Amino acid sequence: MFEINLGHYLTLSAIIFTIGVAGIFLNRKNIIVILMSIELILLAVNINLVSFSVFLGDLTGQIFTLFILTVAAAEAAIGLAIIVVYFRNAGTIRVEEIDKLKG
Amino acid sequence: MLIDDRMIQGIFFYIFALIAIVSAIMVTVSRNTVHSVFFLILDFVSISCLFIMSGAEFLGMIMLIVYVGAVAVLFLFVVMMLNVAQQENEWFQSKKSKEQNSSHIPVGFLISTIIFFELIVVIGGWKLKPEIFSNLKPEVMLGTTNTHSIGSVLYTDYIHLFQISGMILLVSMIGAIVLTYKKRVGLKRQSYVRQISREKISGVEIVNVDKNKGVKIDV
Repeated sequence: MFEINLGHYLTLSAIIFTIGVAGIFLNRKNIIVILMSIELILLAVNINLVSFSVFLGDLTGQIFTLFILTVAAAEAAIGLAIIVVYFRNAGTIRVEEIDKLKG
Repeated sequence: MLIDDRMIQGIFFYIFALIAIVSAIMVTVSRNTVHSVFFLILDFVSISCLFIMSGAEFLGMIMLIVYVGAVAVLFLFVVMMLNVAQQENEWFQSKKSKEQNSSHIPVGFLISTIIFFELIVVIGGWKLKPEIFSNLKPEVMLGTTNTHSIGSVLYTDYIHLFQISGMILLVSMIGAIVLTYKKRVGLKRQSYVRQISREKISGVEIVNVDKNKGVKIDV
């Protein structure tokens, strides 16, 4: 049980990924929490890449984690800017009330 | 009972994994958005501890710097800039969804459990191809640190991807500035063109000042 192998890391990443997906689906109030759930999903992907990279002894996974970090930072910046602009225009960021597109 | 290194590693893995999972749950269910951001920070800290423990020190440290130092603070800024009173995160008792009899909660639980079991099946059943070990690029220069070997791969084989990711950061910075920039009226600003194109004739005027009368400067 205390022997840590690749499966432990993959299971942890699966659990965190599922929590992120559930956070996106179940949240109806706050769009910032949805952005944080997306960050959780990216974190789970990073755990996968890093654990494969460490256990196989190949550095490519860690390099790609670095690129995912870059893209995640850019995405958070742009997403938060869009939220700020939307709040300035519409006066609300509740997910229920963002229904201009009637989707 | 003998406690060896592997057992200590296992104990610490379980501690950090438990903290990470609990704080990930708290990110999605806590009512206050500021608490969610704090739990996100805790999550990233424990995951980067796991990275450092498993031998990827550079990524663990970068994770701390980028996420805790930049992204989480960005989230905190936005949460505090916007109206906190209407950001209450209550996904089980929503007025509007009670009226419409919304079915998003069972559907969401169903989809997420299905995704979880699919992932578990994949994790339980996968196997490495035997020929993958001949294709692996081993860690260059076995005697060096993790940071050294990442640098020697990143700046040689992946230099173009590295530069493109720099461009992505630049574009996102410009995009965020353009999106949130608001031109304000009635603000006194510096005008370089007017400053540079000032001539001596228009800028300086010689006035004869009468005694005991003074002169009105601001026209």
